Order: sequence, then structure tokens, then C-alpha cells
Amino acid sequence: MKYLDEYRDGDIAAKLVERIRRVQTKPWVIMEVCGGQTHSIVKNGIDHLLPKGVELVHGPGCPVCVTPLEMIDKAHAIARRPDVIFCSFGDMLRVPGSDGDLFSIKSQGGDVRVVYSPIDCLKIAKANPDKQVVFFAIGFETTAPANAMLAWQARQCGMKNLSLLVSHVLVPPAIEAILSSPQNRVQGFLGPGHVCAVVGYTEYEPLAARFHVPIVVTGFEPLDILEGVLMVIEQLELGRAEVENQYSRVLARGGNGPAQELIAKIFEVSDRKWRGVGTIPQSGFRLREAFRDFDAEERFSVTTIDTMEPAVCIGGQILQGIKKPHDCPAFGTECTPQHPLGATMVSAEGACAAYYAYGRHLKDADLITIGVGGR
Amino acid sequence: MSASKADEQEKLGPFGSCPLPIFDHPQIVLGHGSGGKLSADLIEKVFVSRFRNPTLEKMDDQAVIDIGGAKLAFTTDSFVVTPIFFPGGDIGSLAVNGTVNDLAVGGAKPLYLAAAFILEEGLTAADLARVVDSMAIAAQNAGVQLVTGDTKVVNRGKGDKVFITTTGIGHMNRATQLSADRAQPGDRILLSGYIGDHGITILSQREGLEFESALESDCAALHGLVAGMLDEAEAAGNIAGMRVMRDPTRGGVATVLNEIAGRSRTGMVLRENAIPVRDTVRGACEMLGLDPLYVANEGKLVAVVADDIADRVLAAMRRHPLGADSCIIGEVIEQPAGMVLMKTSVGGTRVVDVLFGEQLPRIC
Amino acid sequence: MCLAIPGKVVEIFTTEGMHMARVQFGGITRDACLNYVPETQVGDYVLVHVGFAISRVDEEEAQRTYAALAELDQLSELDAPVVEDVPGGRS
Repeated sequence: MKYLDEYRDGDIAAKLVERIRRVQTKPWVIMEVCGGQTHSIVKNGIDHLLPKGVELVHGPGCPVCVTPLEMIDKAHAIARRPDVIFCSFGDMLRVPGSDGDLFSIKSQGGDVRVVYSPIDCLKIAKANPDKQVVFFAIGFETTAPANAMLAWQARQCGMKNLSLLVSHVLVPPAIEAILSSPQNRVQGFLGPGHVCAVVGYTEYEPLAARFHVPIVVTGFEPLDILEGVLMVIEQLELGRAEVENQYSRVLARGGNGPAQELIAKIFEVSDRKWRGVGTIPQSGFRLREAFRDFDAEERFSVTTIDTMEPAVCIGGQILQGIKKPHDCPAFGTECTPQHPLGATMVSAEGACAAYYAYGRHLKDADLITIGVGGR
Repeated sequence: MSASKADEQEKLGPFGSCPLPIFDHPQIVLGHGSGGKLSADLIEKVFVSRFRNPTLEKMDDQAVIDIGGAKLAFTTDSFVVTPIFFPGGDIGSLAVNGTVNDLAVGGAKPLYLAAAFILEEGLTAADLARVVDSMAIAAQNAGVQLVTGDTKVVNRGKGDKVFITTTGIGHMNRATQLSADRAQPGDRILLSGYIGDHGITILSQREGLEFESALESDCAALHGLVAGMLDEAEAAGNIAGMRVMRDPTRGGVATVLNEIAGRSRTGMVLRENAIPVRDTVRGACEMLGLDPLYVANEGKLVAVVADDIADRVLAAMRRHPLGADSCIIGEVIEQPAGMVLMKTSVGGTRVVDVLFGEQLPRIC
Repeated sequence: MCLAIPGKVVEIFTTEGMHMARVQFGGITRDACLNYVPETQVGDYVLVHVGFAISRVDEEEAQRTYAALAELDQLSELDAPVVEDVPGGRS
């Protein structure tokens, strides 16, 4: 597949690793922001390819992981209603709330449907005029254009039986929160490639300057990630702290104008609570006044439920890159994808779940760098 | 209770101290049918625990029983696929081939089938005829006879058009010793062709995830392919070198290999570049964030074969139309026991773990 | 976050007021909305996330940057000297 396969070339990967080895003179801690980047790193075994002095820590770029428990409980309360068809991206189906997940609600008779695109909800709403179709609009800035279009089209079509449960989060405030923390160890960032394809990377320039950290906007394929790491290390070795663009084949500094325009029409910035981290001011989107009639939270009076995270979960510290999954006493034992205790285990690309899926919980995990007969 | 006893009681959790563990899901969820950990959990805790016997505990795709000196293979499977008609097959051909394959990969010559139908009120006679015609053709191609059956009708809304259960009997007419616990370090892992065709075909028909492709299910009877492999192993004087064969249906190649690695207490290492995946399947998996290793197949097999006969058996596979794209995808290693590893195309190593529930399309 | 993959635009059309394309990913074809990349032509590659093209692939830039990657080892003589394993390790 063009623009994917060639970015998985083993020979070029080896060259990039070799180049990193040559350039690096000290240990460095680099955070990749996106859950999709974490997924790619762990799935391809990239962190084991890197020289020992490069430590990758996994960031909070997993919208599923950071969705607050209260929001999940609201989603579940709405999905349980017999007059509702609850539509969601696949990622959210197994996220447990205070009492079950969307799968179990489905098994109890709730009409829960997986959609690939938010636009699919329009068809469902038209086909089911006597039901209320609710879409769980989660995501970072990357998904905002799609979610915005749903609200826009719903308005254009005058739809009365469609609403959105919005839980959008923004990346720069999260990075700022991480960098502001006294426990921060991160020295450089692989910036979120697809987020920046939408909103550009101008917002990262003041962060790089203020905290003196290099931020390299990076793609998702193995060669992208390795090249991004190389660029960060080259900056760190020279004491530079700029925003650079590794993913230039896909994005430019200003991002996508038309997408930003529609997002601005539909959404406004608001405070948001991040699971495991707490409230970060001005870190999310909500529907603007003019589109508030499509807000599912307002349409269904969903009372807030008391929620409590298990004390043992260190997901918050993992999301900030302060700890790793195997630093947690519950990782792989009491806390598994089957019985997740916290945010980072619930979603397929949360750091704990990604580590678990790719085997890091097993004691023999270090054996996976055994020679396997030529490359 | 003393403090330590209270702690113990806490740790025991929902199972308490009952020897029959209480299955800890209050309701069955779709993931229980996906072939992954949830399914295995369900089978072990609810069924095997109540029907303990040595044959059942082997947990191979078929049971081998001895009746008056004749060794018979006995297996059953249910088919609930939606939609019931799809490119490359239908629920009928699936129902025949699926059971034929379970018998064949166990080393049996498939002989007889029984079929039980649960029909939903409102199913058209034309659709039913189409399904049964398909079964008749599949049975003829597989050399099996449908010798008994049953039909029930349930109310509209209580059954998804048609559910079919087929039970098969085969004759163990060779000195094979195929079993999931027989893999040994040094053995090679063979795969009969492109993976993911069936699962992605079904997915492409599912509302909301539709996409266009020329893809078809690979639904096929594998008895002929298997016979060719066993013939070759016998000719090489090492029938025991055929350690285990499985058809990787729901849960895919990854699930089946993990089962074998677990039962055999060996490790495995695969090479990502050696695993054949069609462009269509790759495109769909990339778009939806799925891993082809976990996608269902209905006309493929994996075989663990002793090193000294592996090349010969591979050649025999390639001579058969259903094995033309056969390849060696990895080998069995000693450690880490029970784990399946894979050398990725970029040169790293990852663990190919067992799936938990269904694979879900993701946005991240 | 943000699973988005590049695909080739094979057809452009309008439906219900939305600017759409049929996009080919490897061997499959699926529709995607082009409202956010209105200048797209048939034959272009776009990056699609949940049914929306969020950017176009700049093919010249892709070629240029990929060529630079492929030529990496030819520049190695100009680099700093090789250092052995760096102390400090990772967890």
C-alpha cells in the first residue's frame, strides 16, 4: 500500500537506528504523544530497536483512556434507554464505567451500534425516526472535523432525533500540564501527526520556547517514528528547542483551513476533566450555544454519578510519562484487559493495554530481543 | 473473621472457595463467541468444568473415540453467520466445510454429517433452498453424506434467519498422532495461504463498515489438501512428524498458534514478512485498525511439522489447488514457553498474544 | 490517537450536499468526504480518518523526504564518531 509499506522498510529502519546511535552522546527521555504512535511503537517492537540511551515514554494521547468516568457513566445511562440508538466508535465499547460497559448494555437489550464514521449516524437517524440516535463524540482534534460535520449536517437536515455526547480533548494543554509538573522527566516530544494535520502546529511553538523542549511533529509508521526520534535527539544534542515537522508529506504549519473553520463554527474551547489527571483548563471542546440543542447531555437529563477510581491505579502517572506500566503492582495481575482497574488499561492503545497486548507483562518479556535467525 | 481471613476472602473474589468456579460475567456478551480469551474462559469455567473426562480435556477440534477397535473422530460446530449469503459462500457451505475441516485436520477421513436447523419464522423458502443446495454441493465435493438431521422453527425475531449445527463423524484410518500438545522445538510452522479473507468479507457486508472489494470468503473443504500432506509424511517415513494441524477460524492464526504453544509448552517465532495477506484484506485492516492475524479463515490450515519433512510437506501442499500459496511462516522454539513471538517487518520483535474478545474497529 | 491512512482518489461526486470521493486503500474502496480538501483531484492521495479526508499527501514532498531517508548511510562519514552503549539506560 502506497505511503504505508515503504515506511516499514527494515533496511532503512536499521540505518535510522544506526544514525541515532552515532548522534546520541547522553541519555534522553522522549514522549510520543499519540496513542496511535504508542501502538505502532509497541506493535513493531521499535523501542527495543533503539539504543539503550533513548527512553520512550508514552503520553496521554488516548482519547478513550482520558474520557472521565462520569462521562462514560453518562454514556451508559443514555445507552440503556429503550428509545435510544447509541452509536460509537469501536474503541469505546469495552470501556467499563461504574457498572458494566457498552457491550454488556447491548447484551441486556440496549441498541448499541459500532460506526466507522460519525456521518453513518445520519443514515441511522433517518431510518429510525421514532428513536433518538446519540453519537459518542470522543477524540482529539483529529476527529473534531468529522464530529463537527455530523452536527452541521444534522442542522442542515433539520434533524430532531440526533444528538452528540461530546467528550473532545485537546493536546497542547495536556503537554503543558505534563511539562509544568514538578515530576516531569520528558525532554523532547514526538508531536501528534494527525492532530497537527488538522490544526497545524503553531500552538506548539510557544510551548517549545517556554519550556525549552524540542517538539517534532511525527507520523505513525515505523520509519516516521524513528526519523522523529532522530530529529528530537539531534536537537537535544545541540541544545535546540524548536518545533520541526517530520510528517511534511501530510501536513504544513497551518494545518487544514476548511476543517478549522467548521470546527470553530460548531465547537468552542472549554475546561475538561481528564481521567487520571484531573481538570485541565481550556483543554476540550463543547458544542457552541448555536448548536447546544444537539447536545445529548442537555437533551437527556443525566445526573452525575459518584465515581471512584481504584486506589492502586497509577494510570494518571503513566499518562504523564512519569511511570511505566510495569511500575504498577497491579499490572498484568489484578489489572488486565479483562479486569481493567483504570484508564490506561481500558483502551486498546492505552499504554498499559498496549504493553499487555504485546506481551510486556510476561516475565520473559526481556527475552523477546532474542536473535530470531536473521532479519 | 480474622484480618488475614478477610483478606483471603477478598482475594478469592467472586469465586469464593467453591470448587466449581462461578463464571464471573452475569450475562453472555458477544465477546464470548469470538474465539479469544473470553470464549476460552466460558468453555473452561462453564462447560469443561461440568463434563470432565479425558477426551474432552484434550480440547482438540475433534474428539477421537475408540469403539470396538475402530478409531472414530467426532466433532460438532454451530454456524450463525450474518449475512447468510456472502461472496464466496453462504451459511450452508460454511456448515459443511467447517465440520469437514475439523475432522480432516485431526487426521480423520470425513464420512458422515448430521445437520440441525433452527429456522426463523419468515425465512423465505427460496433462501432456505439456496442454503441447502449449497450444502448438498459442498457435501458432495467433500465426499461426505448427510445422513440425519432435524429442523425447528422459532418465532420471528428469535433467530437470525437460520442457525445450523453440523456434527461430523470421520474414520481415523491412518497412524497419525495429531494433537495440539505435540509441537517440539525445531518444528516448522506451515500456513496454507492468504489469511483474513473470510472475516474481512463478512465485515465488508456489515452495516456501517461496508466497503467495496473483490474479496471472497475462502470457504473450502480441506480434506484433500490434508490427505496430500499426510501421504507425503507417510512416504517420507515420518507420519509422526505431522505434529498438529488446525483450521484457524474465528480468532484467526494467532489464536490457534497460541493454543498450540500453550498446550505444547513451547514458544513460537513467526516472521511477519512471510505471512501472506491480500491487498484487499490489508487495506481493510489498515483502515479499521484490525490485525489480520486475528481475522477468521474458513479454507486455510496451519500445520506444525517436524523439520526433516517440512520442505516435502510444503511441496505437497503447493501441488494442491487449495495450498498453492502455502509457505513456512515460522518455527517452534523452546523458550519462552507458551508465547508466540513475531519478527516484525521493520526488524523489531513483538508478542502475538491471545485476543481478549472480538477485535473492534478503532479510531486510534 | 487518530488512525488515518492514505488512499488514492478514484472518483469524485456529490451526495446530499457533501463533496465526496471514492478512495482506494490497497485492495478496497470506500467513500470519504472531501469537504475539507476541496482542491483534491482524481489520482491524488488523501489521508482519511473516520470517513473524512483531513489532508492531501504532497507526493513531491514524500518523494524528496523518502529519498533522503534511503540515502542515510551515504552521509555517515560526515557524522560524529560512533559512541558505545550510553550509560543511564532505560527502565
